[in-house]
Amino acid sequence: MIRPAVLALAAALILPPLLPPFYVTLAAYVGLAAIVATGLVLLTGISGQTSFGQASFVGIAAYAAALLDGRPFTGLLAGLAAAGVVAWLLGFITARLSGHFLALCSVAWGLSFYSLFGTLPWLHGFNGIGGIAALPFAPGPRAGLAVVWAVVALGLWGAQNLLDSRSGRALRALNGARLMAESMGVDTVRLARGVFVLAALYAAAAGFLFAHVQRFISPTPFGLTASIEYLFMIILGGADRLAGALLGAVLVVVLRDALTDWVPRLTGAPGSYEAMAFSLLVIVMLHHAPRGVLSLLPQGRAAAPRPAAPPPPPPVQPIAAAGGEPVLLLDRISRRFGGLAANQDVSLAVHAGEIVALIGPNGAGKSTLFNIASGVLPPSAGSVRLFGRVLGALPARRRAALGLARTFQHVRLLQGETVRDNIALGAHLAGRAGMLRALLRLDRAEEARLRAAAEAAAARVGLADRLDTPAGDLPLGQQRIVEIARALCLTPRLLLLDEPAAGLRHLEKERLADLLRQLRASGMAVLLVEHDMGFVMRLADRVVVMDFGQTIAAGPPAQVRADPAVRDAYLGGVA
Amino acid sequence: MNLFVLLTLLQDGLTTGAIYLLLAVGLLIVFSVTRVIFVPQGDLLALAALTVAQLEAGSVPGTLWLLDALAVLAVLADLLAGSRWRALRWLPVPALVTLATLFGPRAAAWYAMPLGLAIITPFGPLLWRLVFRRAAGATMLTLLILAMALHFVLEGAGMVLFGPDGAATAPLTEAAFAVGPLTLSGQSLAVVGLCAALVALLRWFFGATIEGKALRAAASDRLGARLVGIDAARSGGLAFALAAFVAALSGVLIAALTPIGYDTGFAIGLKGFVAAIVGGLVSYPAAAAGAVLVGVLESLGSFWASAYRDVIVYALLVPVLLLLSWRGRRAGEET
Repeated sequence: MIRPAVLALAAALILPPLLPPFYVTLAAYVGLAAIVATGLVLLTGISGQTSFGQASFVGIAAYAAALLDGRPFTGLLAGLAAAGVVAWLLGFITARLSGHFLALCSVAWGLSFYSLFGTLPWLHGFNGIGGIAALPFAPGPRAGLAVVWAVVALGLWGAQNLLDSRSGRALRALNGARLMAESMGVDTVRLARGVFVLAALYAAAAGFLFAHVQRFISPTPFGLTASIEYLFMIILGGADRLAGALLGAVLVVVLRDALTDWVPRLTGAPGSYEAMAFSLLVIVMLHHAPRGVLSLLPQGRAAAPRPAAPPPPPPVQPIAAAGGEPVLLLDRISRRFGGLAANQDVSLAVHAGEIVALIGPNGAGKSTLFNIASGVLPPSAGSVRLFGRVLGALPARRRAALGLARTFQHVRLLQGETVRDNIALGAHLAGRAGMLRALLRLDRAEEARLRAAAEAAAARVGLADRLDTPAGDLPLGQQRIVEIARALCLTPRLLLLDEPAAGLRHLEKERLADLLRQLRASGMAVLLVEHDMGFVMRLADRVVVMDFGQTIAAGPPAQVRADPAVRDAYLGGVA
Repeated sequence: MNLFVLLTLLQDGLTTGAIYLLLAVGLLIVFSVTRVIFVPQGDLLALAALTVAQLEAGSVPGTLWLLDALAVLAVLADLLAGSRWRALRWLPVPALVTLATLFGPRAAAWYAMPLGLAIITPFGPLLWRLVFRRAAGATMLTLLILAMALHFVLEGAGMVLFGPDGAATAPLTEAAFAVGPLTLSGQSLAVVGLCAALVALLRWFFGATIEGKALRAAASDRLGARLVGIDAARSGGLAFALAAFVAALSGVLIAALTPIGYDTGFAIGLKGFVAAIVGGLVSYPAAAAGAVLVGVLESLGSFWASAYRDVIVYALLVPVLLLLSWRGRRAGEET
């Protein structure tokens, strides 16, 4: 498959000398739109933040370029800086919002900036600013076109690098899996803000070029309608892929132009029907391709080279001596939801080199306790000590950095991504490269290290031959194993597993038990919630039984099995 | 500004606030049942105002033919989707409305308003059938984009059918009451009263009738509602009908206070949306407070800084959204 960046570069080289004059302008518009749409794919398609305000950032940079006409490099820097700072400030609000709150918020600032462009006297209102110089190193329209498409190629190349990196994996997790990402140590608020600023910078780059290529600006192309059109582009093209930005920009700009040309000829009434016809087309296209036109094309997923034989699982590194101070100590934890006491005075300790199982009937309060230990829920009373530190309201992300890893009862994987990428998300904290280094491809050494860590974890759980499979294609039991591999990538000292054996076949369970025994031998502490009694009793060193929010028994498996209170809870008093 | 001006502005603000509340309620109903942000509600509002204005002037509005065309399209869509006689269910209401327009009294204000509502309300289920139902399983973003595209289509239709000029409708009443130095307009009182009554009626509908309860069930748990035999498509159609009715009524009421053009609806609908957000998109009483706040703020804003009055309303969102984000750090996020 040809990379979109390569296509754009080819366009920059081929189009300018070949196109007839009329199409030179049109092709430049397509390119400018593609730059904005590329940023929007990162922001909306990949990380799930809908913005109806991208045209504002285009406008900010275009006005900066127009006001600083004659000093284009200052203009470019000022435009990028202004758009970046505005996005950074707006990011304080947007990064915490999701879904429709963010969409509406962006409509609000989109309208506000448009109204400011139109009313601020020093921007010349709706008369606009004309006579802007052409780009100094590209005087004619054809040279301008070449520059525009070179920037398109550069932008796509950077975005493509970003998606193939540590930050790229975390960005995908922002879309509906923030809780999971936080548990892997990702600072989701910071990341959301980062990609918001980045998308604004893409828009600003297009704005600077727009001012110098079109050489006249007024508020109209920076209004809400323009912002909506950018969204039309990525949705029509295919919002979750960069090629979608390119295809969408071509579709929307060319269609619009064709309709403006043809509809008046058919209806005889200029200026009434184009917007309608265009929007009708959008609706019809979305009915037939709700995931974008790109999803209709046959796609050859690039088959990654596969290792001939899966490498042997790496030896487990010893991480701690067994025994000693508890790794996790829950001290008299209570948690109430309104009138319901999910946990009452529950205490529990897990030591290094020990597997503790938490069992109990449904509704006993196991998951609540689990969420309190991992930092998803704060306790109403009681304290949590992790590795000897008392944790107040320490968020899940910081607990991950301390050495706590977890899996989820309801599997939280990025279903469309490969097993390798899903597991590598667990290695997030093992890397440091930020978005900028990823964009410029300066993170390759580190990225290779993270991938190796992911592949080693996959080998250890027996998934070495499924690395390139999309995680959603695996059976549910295997998906749980992917979650365990992802957790192991954090190199944790404490592993929390929520029903790891559910959905596994007998042999798979045996393999999982072996793995957990190995981890125990290395000194890892494991706390697991599980319903499969046979599995628990064979594996755990100690078993804690909960019922109605309280601990009713604790001790070695044999002792717990014989406990009359436990029999009552599971079988009903009469038995 | 003196007390008199302030009171007049407050009266204006309350009146428009009541209308924003109606729109907010319509948006909440549609969103909670179908996950669609009904952006075109504002356009239906404008179409309703323009329709009633034409009926009052004694001519047949173009929206009537648009309605008939949509009904025929819906029948065709149903036939293509494999249903047979049931496809004809889209025809009776538009047919009846068409007859009532063509053979009813002309240029009578008392007849024009209910007739206008009857023309615009069926747009709701028809648009649901033709535009949204097919994409019911799509992502929220795709649904939102569909709604945006539909907004442009309806706005364009308004331009084609009614031209660029705004129109005003007859007020419900010309009465005015003097309270001290202040003149209370009868229309304002009627608007506030009608809105309050309608909201109360909707509350009753959702609390006490089986249809209303079914809608609430569909809103809180789609799959669960289907399992107990609630028809998801039917709930969607009903939700859109309610929203279209509410939009049409708002349009008729607001056009008596300020002229409405084909392109004014979007901004008004957006303010209803702001009111709904201020109410947290969850609770009806909070949305009511939000709506009044938006109306009053807009009215005061237009007195002090009329060029920036929309910016002021949208800026209200910032503290509200900040508050929401502080309270539940991930508003709208999965648990």
